[in-house]
Amino acid sequence: MSTEVKYEPVIGLEVHAQLLTKSKIFSTSSAAFGGEPNTKADPVCLGLPGVLPVLNKQVVVFAMRMGLATNCSVAPISIFARKNYFYPDLPKGYQISQFEEPICEHGHIDVELESGRKRIGITRIHLEEDAGKSVHAESFVASDETLVDVNRCGVPLIEIVSEPDIRTPHEAYLYLTQIKQIVQYLGICDGNMEEGSLRCDANVSVRPVGRERFGVKTELKNMNSFRGVEKALEYEIERQTRLIEGGGEVVQQTLLWDADRGEAIAMRGKEDSHDYRYFTDPDLVPVKISSTWLDEVRESLPELPTARKGRFVSEYSLPAYDAEVLTDDRHVADYFEQLAEVCGDPKAASNWVMVEVLRQVKESGGGIRDFEVSPAALGKLIKLVQKGDINLKTGKAVFAEMATTGADAGDIIAQKGLAQISDAGELAGQVREVLQQNPGEVAKFKAGKEQVIGFLVGQVMRATGGKANPKLVNEILREELAR
Amino acid sequence: MSVTIRDVEKVAQLAKLDFSHDQKVELARQLDEIVAYMEKLRELDTDDLQATFHVQDLDNVFRDDETKPSISQESALQNAPRVNRGYFSVPKAIG
Repeated sequence: MSTEVKYEPVIGLEVHAQLLTKSKIFSTSSAAFGGEPNTKADPVCLGLPGVLPVLNKQVVVFAMRMGLATNCSVAPISIFARKNYFYPDLPKGYQISQFEEPICEHGHIDVELESGRKRIGITRIHLEEDAGKSVHAESFVASDETLVDVNRCGVPLIEIVSEPDIRTPHEAYLYLTQIKQIVQYLGICDGNMEEGSLRCDANVSVRPVGRERFGVKTELKNMNSFRGVEKALEYEIERQTRLIEGGGEVVQQTLLWDADRGEAIAMRGKEDSHDYRYFTDPDLVPVKISSTWLDEVRESLPELPTARKGRFVSEYSLPAYDAEVLTDDRHVADYFEQLAEVCGDPKAASNWVMVEVLRQVKESGGGIRDFEVSPAALGKLIKLVQKGDINLKTGKAVFAEMATTGADAGDIIAQKGLAQISDAGELAGQVREVLQQNPGEVAKFKAGKEQVIGFLVGQVMRATGGKANPKLVNEILREELAR
Repeated sequence: MSVTIRDVEKVAQLAKLDFSHDQKVELARQLDEIVAYMEKLRELDTDDLQATFHVQDLDNVFRDDETKPSISQESALQNAPRVNRGYFSVPKAIG
């Protein structure tokens, strides 16, 4: 019975996104990241006796935005539940979450595969509070202790649970990056996996192709980059497939991905650790969302990445590749649109943003919002290049200087005498000189070797310190050589 | 009896509580009485009723997204049996 059986993976993702509110979900201390340990604490997140949680309205609005953006139905009534478990970073002994009646259900997003568009279902989106942080590894932690910082306790989260519709690690990657784009576009989460503001767990199993029933699944945790998720899934699919092919069975368990070692390690199983005994939280009343409120939130939604990508192709006539790169980050797309407006040439704006701007931003180590050169300033520079005041190569050098000093393009050009030489008389002199110095090349050109012209243009550019108008040099060269 | 000693042991374990055998027997009896009392609810026809999520007829109790000063680190830690560098120190939680 050794006919070859092919296996296919079945993957579902659970994504936690930290919401960008000022205060915590149920209390008033700051939800900002970091700070000295236990300096963002209040009686509610410490779980002190006699306190009552009060829901932050902004959290509800953010969850509604995400639900609408992912084609979910938003529940007219949703409720909170207690998820009971003991862990030191959760002082109350339960996490407030949603179990029955989550705020959003039955959504989907579409990912673009080479074989076409694929729809991935979203089972539900629910609200919950984050737990604190346990510190085990620092040098000052004694061997018999764990240290706990409650600053993150009560930071609002949405958990986005996908249907088990994902079939390859690449699809998982595409789904996850699109979720990231959407939360960033909505302005509800900064989407940074490395810093943990976006976290992803994966449920994965394999089954023989054609079989409907799912195999035994494992849960993968601790994947803290987008590529890490793809790699961890590849690893686990291969492990399960080999195990089954070798006559073994997959054991249901939780695995922690170790990115450095490139393997997933089983967490020590805690008996009954999944018996959470959910029940409705008596401290919190139901959330009712009227159709009026929902419409208001719907109208406030920004244009989403997929729509914007499409518009960049139709409105600016950009290639699909450009639209993809430019819309990946909402703020880059904003920058591009402002630049296109100022300089009036969308394709030139796109080239500048995709190459020069993104490179400088990357080198600066910050985001495009902190970038030294405004779209208006860069637009002015592009116009100078288009008018022929400076050539493109000089333009790029000027831009690099603008990025480091913040100076104005016109000032840099004037100060350094970079203005392009577009005086035909002056250039003709330089051209004749170059031709005299290179009789061999001239002979080659006359013998039909057209490409020699490139070398000669280069010589003239060099002689003028890169300031010559290359188009004009080309024309003059051809005239002179034709004599 | 519908609530068994085994049920009591499971719930006790989840709640991290230790009981003697006699206490478990007594708890099983008490819990069984409570469950039996709740059974009475089955006598009512609730098919057409909407679920009640809260005893008070309230909804949408919100606060605006505004921060107030946190309590000081010192106050946050003042009930902690053990502290290390501004952290709560608890018995080691992973091997």
